[in-house]
Amino acid sequence: MGRILMKGNEAIGEAAIRAGCLNYFAYPITPQSEVAEYLSRRMPEVGGVFLQGESEVAVGYMIFGAAGCGARVFTTSSSPGISLMSEALSYISGAECPAVFVNIMRGGPGLGGILPSQADYFQATKGGGHGDYRLLVMAPAGVQEAVEMVMKAFPLAEKYRNPVMILGDGLIGQMMEPVEFPDELKSEPSNNDDWATSGMETRKSSRRNLVKSLFLDSEQLEAHNRVLKAKYDRMRREEVRYEPYNLEADYKALIVSYGTMSRVCRTAVDILKVEGFEVGMVRPQTLFPFPEKAIEEAVRRESCKVAVSIEMSMGQMVEDVERSVRGRCPVEWFGKSGGDVPTPEEVIDAVKSFVKELI
Amino acid sequence: MAKTFKKPEALSDQTTHYCPGCTHGIAHRLIAEVIDELGIRGRTVGIAPVGCAVLAYNYFTFDFQEAAHGRAPAMATGIKRVRPDLVVFTYQGDGDLASIGMGEIIHAANRGEKFTSIFVNNTVYGMTGGQMAPTTLPDQRTTTSPAGRKVEEVGMPIKVAELISALQTPAFVARQAVLKPKYIVRAKKAIKKAFQYQLDGRCFSLVELISTCPTNWGLTSWEAVKWAEEKMIPYFPLGEYKTPE
Ligand SMILES: Cc1ncc(C[n+]2csc(CCOP(=O)(O)OP(=O)(O)O)c2C)c(N)n1
Ligand code: SF4
Ligand SMILES: [Mg+2]
Repeated sequence: MGRILMKGNEAIGEAAIRAGCLNYFAYPITPQSEVAEYLSRRMPEVGGVFLQGESEVAVGYMIFGAAGCGARVFTTSSSPGISLMSEALSYISGAECPAVFVNIMRGGPGLGGILPSQADYFQATKGGGHGDYRLLVMAPAGVQEAVEMVMKAFPLAEKYRNPVMILGDGLIGQMMEPVEFPDELKSEPSNNDDWATSGMETRKSSRRNLVKSLFLDSEQLEAHNRVLKAKYDRMRREEVRYEPYNLEADYKALIVSYGTMSRVCRTAVDILKVEGFEVGMVRPQTLFPFPEKAIEEAVRRESCKVAVSIEMSMGQMVEDVERSVRGRCPVEWFGKSGGDVPTPEEVIDAVKSFVKELI
Repeated sequence: MAKTFKKPEALSDQTTHYCPGCTHGIAHRLIAEVIDELGIRGRTVGIAPVGCAVLAYNYFTFDFQEAAHGRAPAMATGIKRVRPDLVVFTYQGDGDLASIGMGEIIHAANRGEKFTSIFVNNTVYGMTGGQMAPTTLPDQRTTTSPAGRKVEEVGMPIKVAELISALQTPAFVARQAVLKPKYIVRAKKAIKKAFQYQLDGRCFSLVELISTCPTNWGLTSWEAVKWAEEKMIPYFPLGEYKTPE
């Protein structure tokens, strides 16, 4: 299969299959129902499991059960559905099981709207469910990247025995783009003999395994939470991904933007360059771990007067940008969250006004 | 001298945390005996609930997962769908299965998921201190119905075996009691049938067990057995509600 034109949602479904994930549970919700529709057809073809659960609450636990017994498994949903899965995300993280969750974000809060949004940034990167846990969060900026990230997500989830979330906005799911699938990942799920409930007689060791998150003893829970923290710290060291753009120039402002929004920002940077107004950009590809060091480094540039977080939310990622900048320059926010993607012109006006305010 | 009575292999040596007179222990033992007799310990996965049996995995000697409150049937679904060769059962209380987890149990049963649910009905939320449950009897006092369950405000207790057997898909639904030996023998038979049907590839099976919670009922062990026999069994009749054609 060479390059083909595919809708983001369908490409995500296909990517999971290519990554060797033949187990999918989901509940329909706009704007990602095409994943379930696609996989209801494809999974039987490849001998996989497709099940439409009765709710996202149940789906979250179907994922937990399947992951707990050692299977490679994933689900897709959109914002309100992810809220319902957040309880399971907390349990799965606590019980240290690998699983992949895809959130094709729509507007909120509440029922919000069905148009693209990035308003679940906090939910994805700061928790959502209860307790001290983190998800490894990747944010694709196009269909091809969504495919690659979905395929990387499974080995990463297994490396850390932690849920990985792909955070895409509605446009990533809905738009059609040419995609090419990387070589199939044929790897079996990593050895889970020492923890998964795969049935005692099927594993090499004779021990029985427990998948659980309850630690009634304070010292045990403390020790468990430190194990989890060590994993999140390791993610911070090993898994940060970002794309620098126009950072060779002497830029006056640094844009931080991800997903579909970053593509608009890239156009804005190009237009401004022609005008002789240099702007640099850091596009986080992982939102947790966040490219803090890259951003801190980028704002050290003498010419850089301001960092601007541009996002389809009322200002969520901007808090991480502020944290990364460590007071080295002012940090501003620009965005929209009703469902319209800001235009390059709006981005240009915003960036120029922030720079002007400082002169 | 030959040993004629011993601990099932599927049961661990640990002393349970259950209160004296609590019938959770009897239910555990019956499940363990059945697993031994069917020779399925090596491929069984149990799902512990949130409730007094949250630590059930400490008392069994095979693989276990611990669910969130009420979600065991969804977890069992996930396991059984991806590993149909495993024998999977959920162990759930009335608050867990009939209140917070009603959605999950109904849909798992209706889809005909090929696992078994053991449902321990003791009419209260034992673990959290005896609050009212969906199975609390009319006028029964609990810590959140101090004047007795008022059916005009909160409805009649839910009869789970009847409810699940009203669905067309489940294969086997029974209600028995873990009170006196005569009941316990029948309860074991029902549990064994439920697991056997699962092994035969039949759809969902559920066994409701009329149980006691002497601690939260404020009764002695024996009084609790008598109370369950006299008050619960008339409202929750024992028997097989659904068997495969
Ligand atoms: C989401 C959630 N809500 C509430 C609780 C608190 N809780 C723990 S056990 C329980 C009730 C258990 O009652 P039941 O299922 O009847 O089991 P029993 O203890 O009687 O065996 C409750 C409400 C919880 N752990 N999680
Ligand atoms: S509180 Fe009730 S159900 Fe829980 S262990 Fe004690 S007697 Fe058993
Ligand atoms: Mg109870």
